[in-house]
Amino acid sequence: MTQLVLFNIFNGLIVGAFYALMALGLSLILNLSGVINFAHGGFLAIGGYVAFTLLPYVGFWGALVLSPILTAILGIIVERFLIRRLYGRDPLYSLLLTFGLAFIFEDGTRFLWGAQSLPFQVPIWLVTPLSGDFFFLTGYRLFMVFIVALAVAALFFILTYTRLGIRIRAGTLDLETVAALGVNVRILRSMNFGLGVYLAGLAGVLAVGQLGLQPTIGSSLIMPSFVAIIVGGLGSLPGTLLGGLLIGVASGITTVFFPSATEAVMYVMMAAVLLVRPRGLLGEEGRF
Amino acid sequence: MNAIAFNKNAANVLVWVLLLAAPFWLPFVGGYTELGERIVVLGLAAMSVNFLLGYTGVLSFGHAAYFGLGAYGAGMTIRYLVPSTSAGLLVGMLVGTLAGALIGPLIIRLRGVYFAMVTIAFGQVFYFIAFRWNAVTGGDDGLLGWTRLPLNFGFTTIDILHNTRAFYYFILVIFAISVGVMAWLLRSPFGRTLIAIRENERRARFLGIPVDRHIWLSWVISCCFVGVAGALYALLNNFVDPRALYWTQSGDFVIMAVLGGMRSFWGPLIGAAIFVLLQDYLSSQTQNWMSFVGLFFVLVVLFFPRGILGAIRRKVA
Repeated sequence: MTQLVLFNIFNGLIVGAFYALMALGLSLILNLSGVINFAHGGFLAIGGYVAFTLLPYVGFWGALVLSPILTAILGIIVERFLIRRLYGRDPLYSLLLTFGLAFIFEDGTRFLWGAQSLPFQVPIWLVTPLSGDFFFLTGYRLFMVFIVALAVAALFFILTYTRLGIRIRAGTLDLETVAALGVNVRILRSMNFGLGVYLAGLAGVLAVGQLGLQPTIGSSLIMPSFVAIIVGGLGSLPGTLLGGLLIGVASGITTVFFPSATEAVMYVMMAAVLLVRPRGLLGEEGRF
Repeated sequence: MNAIAFNKNAANVLVWVLLLAAPFWLPFVGGYTELGERIVVLGLAAMSVNFLLGYTGVLSFGHAAYFGLGAYGAGMTIRYLVPSTSAGLLVGMLVGTLAGALIGPLIIRLRGVYFAMVTIAFGQVFYFIAFRWNAVTGGDDGLLGWTRLPLNFGFTTIDILHNTRAFYYFILVIFAISVGVMAWLLRSPFGRTLIAIRENERRARFLGIPVDRHIWLSWVISCCFVGVAGALYALLNNFVDPRALYWTQSGDFVIMAVLGGMRSFWGPLIGAAIFVLLQDYLSSQTQNWMSFVGLFFVLVVLFFPRGILGAIRRKVA
């Protein structure tokens, strides 16, 4: 029993790391531009499908590198031509726009690649089970965690030490002052959007290796990322990371004791956090 | 009577005449009564959402949950408890209101995008309950094995199950009561206070208005009527499935409100009519209707942010 619980906690951490990766991208965009990107799940699906198409030409590693970059370029195009027009307007409009985009992306992937789910071939050595006792702990899951950790470390490095990252953080606090200091805020927002979508694309490649390709993969994964952001606290990236890991572990533990509540438990957690601490665990007071 | 008041009354009369006569003129323009039923039901839902969105200025994106709860409340009451249409409707309304009242205190202090995010995320709880609790809700297959029943008044019975026209008028009566109550509330000092909060929350607070309590009340009222709409939706289809609770449904309500015009009372109904007709047409023409609906969202946001009535009003003014 303890073993089973431990295993599920570990499993939950893996899932949570994945939620966190997606939520971090959403959080980046939300913090700087005040846009809830409903199309984030769509970008994730596109990342997965592009990787699937690239796979025969560039192999798994090539796809892992290229697909998120292509997804990010698509994200920047979308930002440039659609979302940019809505900055400074009621957030309702960007919400509805990305909502519509989510429909278009989901249906577009279905149109281009078909509605049936497709297998995604990852290198054999990654899928061999690592342990006989826990047959479902494949190397791929560990690999996922490794990549997520790497991406998160890289993200925090960029935000802390590079000029772009410092500007993004400054813009999150006070965009007007950043603009007054001579930073091109339009480009900053574009780059930031691209960075967020890059993370979605990366999450997409990792997800399809585990779950296979389905057009609905994005819409089923976006809600947990919302919950991760709310639990962790709006405006705080470490909070989002923590939130993602926490809801992952909570779902993992619930799987053992009450399997049918696996999906619902994260919302119960969200309710508890909102009741005790409306700004979220690491959120700043009065930001939203 | 000045011109504006006259225009307003003329608009009200026009809407009611069109609605009352719908079963008679719809077939002539290529429609059918069921389409009218769907428009009225979804229009009621969009108008209830707009009570909060347009008149209180609170960005709610999760109303599908209370719509779906109303639907399940009605369906499950008829299926398991009392074989009576009115009991189903009543329970549906109560379930939606109660859920809204309970979730309310958790969210009323949040604003803007944060409010939207939390409301839509909360909606998913009910989706998963409906989806997972197979034994009671029928899970993914939906709640089957029940139908709406004839209305029994003691002295007479009205067969709303087989007579579509009678059912349309049944829906319209419920719609009229709900919309009447909402209009009355909006005209009352309470409704004016809500508009004051929308226009300038800080000033309203300084004037001593308990803003959080007003938003909670507005939220509960909105959930109540969206629950009524959900119950009617279940009665209309004789069926409920978890998709009525899914988060995409919430977006549909909001786009209906925006398309028609959030600042006008009848706007959401017009938005609902356009949305229902478009969806009906597209889903018969193409498999990829979802893309077109998405495109429609994008176009409305970019070119019609004030909605149809908003644009007309601007032109007139």
